[in-house]
Amino acid sequence: MSPARRTALGLAATLLLAGIAAPLLPRWAGFLVTIAIAKALVALGLLLLMRTGLVSFGQGLYFAIGAYAAGVGADALEFTDAVPMVLLGAAAAGLVALVLGLLLARYRTIFFAMLSLAFSMILYGLLVQSSALGSTDGFNVAARTVFGLDVASPVGRFGVYGLAALVAFVGAVGIDRYLRSHLGRLAPAIRDNELRVEYMGASVRNVVHLHLVMAAVLAGAGGALTALAVGHVDPETAYWTTSGEFVFVAILSGTSSVAAPFAGALILELLRSFAYEHAPNTWQLVVGSVMLAVILFLPEGLWSVFRKRRRAAA
Amino acid sequence: MNTSRTALSRWSCALSLLLFASPVFAQAPAAAEQKPFKLGVVTFLSGAAAGPFGVPARNGAEVLVEALNGAKGPGAYAKKGLGGRPIELVFIDEAGGTTKQVSEYREIVQRQNVDAVIGYISSGDCLAVAPVAEELKKLTILFDCGTPRIFEDGSYKYLFRTTAPSTMDNVAAALYVTEMLPGARKIAGINQNYAWGQDSWADFEESMKVLRPATEVTTSQMPKLGAGQYGAEISALMAGRPDVIHSSFWGGDLDAFVLQAVPRGALKKSTAVLTCGETATHKLAGQIPDGTIIGARGPHGAYAPDIELNRWFRTIYQDRFVLSPNYPAYHMAQAILGLKTAYERAQGASAVAPSQDQVIAAFEGISFETPSGTIKMALGKGHQAIEETVYGRAKTVGGKLTFVNVKRYPAGKVNPPDGVKSADWIKTALKPGK
Repeated sequence: MSPARRTALGLAATLLLAGIAAPLLPRWAGFLVTIAIAKALVALGLLLLMRTGLVSFGQGLYFAIGAYAAGVGADALEFTDAVPMVLLGAAAAGLVALVLGLLLARYRTIFFAMLSLAFSMILYGLLVQSSALGSTDGFNVAARTVFGLDVASPVGRFGVYGLAALVAFVGAVGIDRYLRSHLGRLAPAIRDNELRVEYMGASVRNVVHLHLVMAAVLAGAGGALTALAVGHVDPETAYWTTSGEFVFVAILSGTSSVAAPFAGALILELLRSFAYEHAPNTWQLVVGSVMLAVILFLPEGLWSVFRKRRRAAA
Repeated sequence: MNTSRTALSRWSCALSLLLFASPVFAQAPAAAEQKPFKLGVVTFLSGAAAGPFGVPARNGAEVLVEALNGAKGPGAYAKKGLGGRPIELVFIDEAGGTTKQVSEYREIVQRQNVDAVIGYISSGDCLAVAPVAEELKKLTILFDCGTPRIFEDGSYKYLFRTTAPSTMDNVAAALYVTEMLPGARKIAGINQNYAWGQDSWADFEESMKVLRPATEVTTSQMPKLGAGQYGAEISALMAGRPDVIHSSFWGGDLDAFVLQAVPRGALKKSTAVLTCGETATHKLAGQIPDGTIIGARGPHGAYAPDIELNRWFRTIYQDRFVLSPNYPAYHMAQAILGLKTAYERAQGASAVAPSQDQVIAAFEGISFETPSGTIKMALGKGHQAIEETVYGRAKTVGGKLTFVNVKRYPAGKVNPPDGVKSADWIKTALKPGK
């Protein structure tokens, strides 16, 4: 079995399991998993960028655009179903990345990180100023139906969760296949030596531009899903700490597999929730200590645990 | 090989501890006689708002609930806990943004099974939690946030707010300015650039223009939240020579602004109106110039009425924490006493605990006594409180800050009637002669 097929099958099995588990999960856990998936989608985009040798500290920009686009879709365009809201969120973020990519694709390393951070903070500033969008208080977002199912119905209340799982599946399989494609294999090559890639006849800037747009589409979808799950958007989504959290998830998970961000995001959400409950005054300390432990003991991220085991077995 | 196995076992140990230890903690043995009423309390325990707001509110909840559980409450509040049932508090940090707060709200309601939630200082958190409270059908009392949008834009069954919306602070500030400073015509503002600051300035400016049509705005400065340095803004304020400088600053920003503006004489040449000034008066006693107009977001702190309930609350608070309770602590007391009143009214003479629906029915539209006087749930179909508010001017006597020209505005005068949006109400009802 080819590795691509194995990954796809593994992800499909997880998706199926998630579907079966949905009614069994307590309701708070359903929400937590939805948020973890949404954040993992953004981290999945970061994984693609990190494989290309780029670290973006500004994915909050696309995350916020996705969230606000979903909200504006509900308010101004009168969407009532969650599916077009998520599509609109992803498309809007992709479009912005297409334009900003003209500039961003020229920069690397710290300059790329700082420029992406700057763009997200510009959006944050604009959102804080705009009283029509509720300034820092934000506004509520609600979908009445998901795939035509009423969200208040017994099946429909799993709608956003199901939608998130489906988007995650499509995103993960898509990125996995892409990374194994001709174009996708250029990513590590670009990270290692751009000059050689150019000599081979490929355009580094075009590939980087494409990856920026792909990462933005994933972040936009993640933002829209978060807005729908939480029922509220505010400018905090574009703030640098939000972007930093996505980088945190990506580092915690490691970049070796497209499944890693999902495991990493889920562990972070669970960890934070339990830390909130048992150490309301010092939860930041708990989360920080875990991050430190991962960097010390698992420098390649949580996923390296699985990989090492597999290698040991082989 | 070896290292990876140790790392793996380390991880599985940590994870299993994490996953399996928590339910053990969660299921603490229940009290012997009556099942305690589990009350979730959400306030800032970390970040910039923790010191001035979150922690005093938590302290207020702690001492008050302890006293109530010991059946030590005065007058109408003498019964133990809620109708004889002890109250068990579960504290949650409000820091972390709206996504985290919605997640935590679901967590305490669905996993920890709290019987009710009291919380939220940030208006953004209040707006985000409101629809979730309806979805989860859990009695939720907002205790401190100010935005009028919650009950003006929506209608709720499970949501209550025992504090008046912030409109009142700025309408009353404008009424006080027009009365106390008959010559004041030029106004300026310095407010934090986020929803609270923007709304506060908009309400004050609009009220001033209605009350005194000749009002002229020299400048409106909007530095960012937590900026700390206001040199340029103070210069801009002074350049226009305004009669009045309005500010809704709070916490460290307010302290920093006062400390930077006073040496430059900005608050002597113009009269400052500090709508949240009360929290700063405890520390900055010697610094605030005489004549500065100070608000406390209602009849709290130094403006609280001289009644037995207030003297009792101040005593139990000071006995534990030395400092006097500030207005967030008073707001917390309002929420807890509102819940207690509704709960005991719903229970009546029966020995059985009332259902949540009965408590909600009893809560709608009630009036109850608090350390800040009588609160009436008058707006939002009986879910939103109104209260009187107070303004006064600072006067330092022998190194101690006192208040002179204290004026109380009855609740009906500074809050819109039910069903009217505050923005529309300011434009129509404030007109002189009405």
